[in-house]
Amino acid sequence: MICLRSACRDYLMGTQTVHALDGVDLDVEAGEYVAITGPSGSGKSTLLHIIGLLDRLSQGSYELDGDDVTHLSDDELALVRCETIGFVFQFFHLVPRLSAAANVELPLILGGIAAGEREERVQAVLQSFGLADRADHRPDQLSGGQRQRVAIARAMVTKPAILLADEPTGNLDRSSGKEVIHILETLNSDGLTLLVVTHDPELSARANRRLHIVDGAITKDERGAG
Amino acid sequence: MRSLDILRYTTSSIVGYRARSLLLLFAMAIGVASVILLTSLGEGARRYVTGEFSALGTHLLIILPGRSETTGGAPPLLGETPRDLNLDDALSLERIRQIRRIAPIAVGSAPVSWQGRERESMVLGTTADFLALRQLRMAQGRFLPAMDPHRSAPICILGSRVRKELFGSQSALGQWLRIGDRRFRVVGTLGSEGRSIGVDLQDVVIVPVASAQALFDTPSLFRILAEARTAADIPTAKAAVARAIRDRHEGEDDVTVITQDAVIATFNRIFRALTLTVAGIAAISLAVAGILIMNVMLVAVSQRTAEIGLLKALGATQHRILLLFLTEAGLLSLAGATIGLGLGSGAAWMVGEFYPALPMTPPSWAVFAALGTALSIGLVFGVLPARRAAALDPVIALAGR
Ligand SMILES: Nc1ncnc2c1ncn2[C@@H]1O[C@H](COP(=O)(O)OP(=O)(O)OP(=O)(O)O)[C@@H](O)[C@H]1O
Ligand SMILES: [Mg+2]
Repeated sequence: MICLRSACRDYLMGTQTVHALDGVDLDVEAGEYVAITGPSGSGKSTLLHIIGLLDRLSQGSYELDGDDVTHLSDDELALVRCETIGFVFQFFHLVPRLSAAANVELPLILGGIAAGEREERVQAVLQSFGLADRADHRPDQLSGGQRQRVAIARAMVTKPAILLADEPTGNLDRSSGKEVIHILETLNSDGLTLLVVTHDPELSARANRRLHIVDGAITKDERGAG
Repeated sequence: MRSLDILRYTTSSIVGYRARSLLLLFAMAIGVASVILLTSLGEGARRYVTGEFSALGTHLLIILPGRSETTGGAPPLLGETPRDLNLDDALSLERIRQIRRIAPIAVGSAPVSWQGRERESMVLGTTADFLALRQLRMAQGRFLPAMDPHRSAPICILGSRVRKELFGSQSALGQWLRIGDRRFRVVGTLGSEGRSIGVDLQDVVIVPVASAQALFDTPSLFRILAEARTAADIPTAKAAVARAIRDRHEGEDDVTVITQDAVIATFNRIFRALTLTVAGIAAISLAVAGILIMNVMLVAVSQRTAEIGLLKALGATQHRILLLFLTEAGLLSLAGATIGLGLGSGAAWMVGEFYPALPMTPPSWAVFAALGTALSIGLVFGVLPARRAAALDPVIALAGR
């Protein structure tokens, strides 16, 4: 489903070129659970941004679901993002002035879904993440774990095929982190393709597949229980 | 994204950033209010002045001694004094076909007294036709009778204020009073509506023209009023009047004939220009509001980079982000303009309450112009911040917490 070939992402820092991604070949099948690890600055986030179509390759090619997305326009990329990809971030990125329900509703609003259907889907997804009684709370009235659950709910409300999570537990205490991981794994067992960037070896051990990145290149690609 | 949702979303950010939004609303409201108030004042002044001139009567020609220099001919020779207008000049105009009636006017100031009460008053000498020509209404009694204008008669008509000051609640009709060193009998009093530029008819005493000339010991007239039969007759009448006087003054063009329409048109032009000028000055404050909007929206964009990045990650196109920020700027300026419209109209209304003579309603063109300018300024100055927001790289926007 995800197919990267000789993927490079270069950043120009003054006169110097930084190879954030340096010739990555990667195939991910639908329904896989992939953990991405690596030292800080090794290019994990960059890889996730490329896969999530938030960023473009400098060289190489990227096929998503068999379609070459390397040369799509910004607007076409936005549409694909809207329909097939969900994001979860380390810092939640909830809109502070909006309630939990309104935050979850955002992608549906952007997708032009009618208000009645939006309401139903938001309610359903909040319910399934145990947030029904927090629907009207603003982010600053929620705990970290709850915020991340709202963020996952927001990512999942459009029923994406791929969920990309960049250190989703990086800002949470142990028990909330466990809770969040549990939710993500449940989603994966229902068929969602899940890619998680993490620094936590215990967490990466739970994945079916573990990528290790150093200096923008994949150095390890293990499958099976760790 | 549906338009209702766009509105809801932008409203949430307008409400969410309250201080900023209030600041913008305030700036825009002040700009629009000053445009509305100043144009109301200008329009009010214009309507007031032209109204005053219309109140003089209809199809009016005013003949003044002395030539105005507006025609741009050679300047008069040194020492040349214009010949005065006299009663026969006035009467000669009655023969002009396009002229319905005329009224010679002689004025002066004299003490008017009755039973020990005395006041200085303007005395206006004229003929019977003055009443119809100036469209005046009698409160009591009658006006000057139709008689030979060369004959003086000891009768007078009092303006309403003169009557009140001299007679109070007593009846003035039939009473003899003293004007200067002569005695006159009151035959009528004027209604209280007569007012006009220059002379307030409530403050005058009207006597036969010959009596006024005798009283002030001068054969000359202050001016002659003439009424053309129809509006279409005015130009011909004007030329005929000029010709008639020239014939009587040995070929000298030494009078000025002004037509009422020309005066009104001139005042209209002057006040329009004035109104546009003050509106233009007020519009500067609208431009200032626009720059403020741009500034604050730019700050908003940098405040909200994470939000913009998030919207992009959630699948918002550049076009959509642009639209969101433009809508926000547009909504803010529209709301500000509406508040300003209310404030400006309210202020105009209050001025109108204090000066009832001024018709203080904002002209509709100014209302539309102010609202339109406010909205377009909001949008124009909103474009730069909106484009900056739309062009933000989502990765950097999300990272730059
Ligand atoms: N916008 C950018 N401009 C320049 N260099 C960048 C930019 N974004 C990332 N980089 C560089 O690319 C490299 C990879 O960055 P990336 O964010 O992918 O690392 P990471 O593995 O996610 O690190 P961390 O674990 O700290 O999040 C780093 O060297 C970084 O400095
Ligand atoms: Mg990272």
